[in-house]
Parts: sequence; structure tokens; C-alpha cells
Amino acid sequence: MAATVQKHATGIPGFDLIAEGGLPRARATLIAGSAGSAKTVLATHFLAAGIINDHEPGVFVTFEDRVEDLRANMLGFGWDIAEWERKGQWCFVDAAPVPDERTPIIGDFDLSGLLVRIEHAIRKIGAKRIALDSLNALFVQFPHQEILRAELFRITTALKRIGVTIVFTGERVNEYGEVTRHGIEEFVADNVVILRNLLDNERRRRTIEILKLRGAPHQRGEFPFTITSRDGVVVIPLSRMELTQTSSTIRVTSGNDALDTMCGGGFLRDSIVLVSGATGTGKTLVVTQFMAGGIAAGERCLLFAFEESKDQLFRNAEAWGYDFAEMEASGMLKVVNRYPHAMAMEDHLVEMQQIIKDFNPQRVAVDSLSALERVSALRSFREFVISLTSFLKQRETTGLFASTTPSLFGGSSVTEKHISTLTDSIILLRYVETAGRLRRSIVLLKMRGSLHDLNLREYVIDQAGMHIGDPFTSVGGILVGNATFMNGDGAGDY
Amino acid sequence: MSELRLMLFVAGDTPRSREAAANLARVCSELLANGVHIETVDVLLQPDRADEYRILTTPTVVRDGTPPRARVTGDLSDATKVLAALSLFANPQPA
Repeated sequence: MAATVQKHATGIPGFDLIAEGGLPRARATLIAGSAGSAKTVLATHFLAAGIINDHEPGVFVTFEDRVEDLRANMLGFGWDIAEWERKGQWCFVDAAPVPDERTPIIGDFDLSGLLVRIEHAIRKIGAKRIALDSLNALFVQFPHQEILRAELFRITTALKRIGVTIVFTGERVNEYGEVTRHGIEEFVADNVVILRNLLDNERRRRTIEILKLRGAPHQRGEFPFTITSRDGVVVIPLSRMELTQTSSTIRVTSGNDALDTMCGGGFLRDSIVLVSGATGTGKTLVVTQFMAGGIAAGERCLLFAFEESKDQLFRNAEAWGYDFAEMEASGMLKVVNRYPHAMAMEDHLVEMQQIIKDFNPQRVAVDSLSALERVSALRSFREFVISLTSFLKQRETTGLFASTTPSLFGGSSVTEKHISTLTDSIILLRYVETAGRLRRSIVLLKMRGSLHDLNLREYVIDQAGMHIGDPFTSVGGILVGNATFMNGDGAGDY
Repeated sequence: MSELRLMLFVAGDTPRSREAAANLARVCSELLANGVHIETVDVLLQPDRADEYRILTTPTVVRDGTPPRARVTGDLSDATKVLAALSLFANPQPA
């Protein structure tokens, strides 16, 4: 069997995972996308990553944007093109139209001038990568389709012979349909990457799809990506993420002895736990205990709070006897408050991953997932949970996610329906109405890789936190939200 | 009156390059009264000058020096259009 094409890592975060290794040398890749789909950023990132990661110089051929504008715009990503130019790592070929200067065409012409300049630039700095942005602008300057197609074919053939990895951009009219306006891809592209900028539930959602990668395997379908000022283009390679099952047998405390006992000795270290309950059932208390328990055991703890302000959280914790301010001052606790609406899910994810990398905690809690779910498209939300879950597992970090159920009694939230399979353990907190009194129950719905208590237990909350007591032996139907007393089984006890 | 300077950018000594050079020379000698200085630049030999004048297509004529700046590309087979593109005016033809 013939060996598949040798790929070379681009260095663009996540991209090499969906391309299963990167882009082949001496091949041309078309980046096609509608206006505003971040084609230029991706093309620039391709060169920047080459310089930063591999010391590979790159040539940028601009047919549209002014060189000065590109230098200024890309500085926002920390890419100092002017500096790279001084060091001989970056070279522009300015092929943008000269303002107020048309070029009338009389008779036959070719693009030798362009090819010569590109080759000259490549030789000058020993370039290994080249980006051409965007070919559509060239078609606008010289509206001679036949000549341009033949010439672009000649140019890419010449560049491939030199051995540089080529990326060029082309504009699409529709998000779904023909690959590009001028059908460039058929003539010159070995590989086609499509960028989309879709409206999904009134929110913008960026996706990247590798449509073809000639002679080589790659991941199929659309993957979300985002653009951050710190990292540029960040692809979120969902299906490449391995949702490993809990493999650790090491137990860590939940911060509550009785809950540890219910779990068979505590949470498993690299497990993800979902705590679900209606408003007021004490989810934030479970989170607070989890953080405090970790810190008492000498673990670094990180809390992402999407529902309450820092002041509110700290006051709550104090009311249960936990001093978050002191824990934070000791450097063992970090509390990050974010407004769910502030960013797209992909941006939340990338930021959270970065914070986790920087703080390097053993425990991470999110309070709550449902706050994030409310502001995102379902698909984005599920992708977010998959990504965060696998990220935490890879780092062998214990995760606790809170989720609010919409109804007071029984039922499940959309959150649970979509993420319950992704979490290792689920703790349900449910109200029980008995004889005119509202009581609370806790049950472990599942705990992967461990035996656990199957009893529905009553718990109370006071100034000293959560106290888990005896099983509800006399009440049935709690989980479905329809509590009924069992006959002759001490129903009057409560 | 200063002399008109035209630069003809070509890529190598090809039939198209020669045709464009011949067409341009004919236009200048037959239709323009004053002396025209035509410089031929082979971009294969002088890529830096192709950069300097931002040449993409060849052959390309660039009118430089005396304003207005103008350029035209192609084999220059239509004399009238070449003059118009370069903002030049033909001499009145002798009867």
C-alpha cells in the first residue's frame, strides 16, 4: 500500500488535530470562506506559527489589504510582522491595487511579474511557507478568468516545485454551496478548507471544515473555532478529543464526609461530577464544600462562577463557615466570575482552558453549567461540555459542574439530558414535599467505576453546611416529582 | 519640455515580450512627436524593480516621471488604446 502524504504541523492550535498531522509540504491549500470568516487571520496565523514554532520564514502575498494595514491589524494577535521583516523571517509581496491607478489591459498578458516577485521573495528569506490573500481580489483587478486560471495554475506549479507549503484564500458567496466564486479550487488546490461564520440562535458561530486533503486522511465535518487575541485562530477539535473513562482509583474528598461515604470513599480523582438540583437545593453549597475540602487537603482549587458575583459567593461561603477570602489570599483558591453573555461559548472555553493551564488546579468547579446553557445554542453548549470535560480529564483534574433544573420537583434540565453521558457521576438534589413541609433529598444517580449508596437520603442545610441523614424509606416517587407515602412503613415519622 | 519616459516590463525574451516591445516602439515613433525614452526591464533579471513598480502582469508599460502616472498591460496591439491608457495624445497626422 502506498504511504500517505507526509504532513507537516502548521502550529495552529487544534488545526493539526483535525488535519491529522497538518498540511503536506509542496501542496496548495485553499482557505475558502464568506466575507468576515477570518480567512486573512488564518492565512497570517499559518505564517506566524511557522516563524514562532518552527523558525520557518514565510512570504505573504497580499492582493487586497494594504501592507501597512496588515502589519497594524495583526499586531493585535501579538504578531509583530515588522519585526519579523527586519529579521528576515517574513516578506511581503505587495500585489494590492495601487490607489487611483487602474491597469487597462490591451491584448494578451501573463502573471510572470507576480511569479518572479514571489520567487524572489522566497529566495531572499529562504521561505518554507507562503500565503496568498485573496485570489478573488486578483480576479477583480484582472477580470480575465481564462488567463488567470491558467496563470494561477502555472504559479502554484512553480511554487510546489520550490517545495514551499502554499495557503491561499478565496471568497465564497454562500455558506453552503459552491466552494468559491471563481472556481479556483478545481485548478490549483490540492486541499480545501472551508471557514464558516454562521448565525445560530442569534449568535455567531465560527466553524472550520476540511473538505478535502488530497491523498491523506483527515477529520470530516465542521469543527467550531474561535479567534482570541492571545492565540489567534483556535480550532476546537471535538471528535479528536478522547472521552476517556475514569481510570483513577484514587479518591478525593467531596468536602463532606457523609457524601464521601455515599460515594464509597469520595470522588474518583479524574472524574467529572454533575450536581443537579432546583433553585435553593444547595448546589452552590456542594460546590463550596468541594472547593474547601480540596484546599484542606492541600489541593489547588479553581471556581468558575457564572451566576453570582464574587461578593455574593464569598458571603454565602462565609454563612456556611468557609472563609473564601482567606483561601484565595493563600493562593490555593482562585475564583473567576464571568457574565455568561459576555462571550461566545467557544471563547468561554478557550479562556477557561487558558486559566486552568495558568493556575494548574487539582480541582475545578463550574457554577453553573445551566447559566451557560441559557445563552448558547444547544450544539455549542454540548461541544463546550465535551471539550471542557476531556480537557480536565487529560489533566487528571477533578471537575464538579452544577446544573439547575427548571422545575422544583423531579424532572431534568436540558443540561442534564445532553451532558449526563459525559459526566462520570451525577448527584441529584431534589425537593420532597411531605405533610406540608418542604424537605430535601440527595441521591447518587450514577458513579462510574465505583460502588455507591443507592439510597435517597434526606439532608438539611444550616450554618455549618450540609448534613446528610437517613434514607427516605417511607416516601416514593421523589425523583419523578410525585412524592407519595408508602403504607405502613413509618410514614408518620417525618 | 522634458522627455517622456516609459518603462516596459517584460518577463524574458519571449515572442510576447518582443511583440509588445515592437508595438510600443511603433506607437511612439509613428504617433508621438517628441522623443520618447523607452527602457525595457526584464523582471527575470531585475526582480527588485518589479517589486518597486509593483508589477504583477507582463508585459506592462509604466509611464513614470512626467505626470500623470499611468500603466497599461498586455501585448499592446491596439495603438489607440495604448495612447489613451497612458494619457498620451497622437500628433496630427500629415495628409
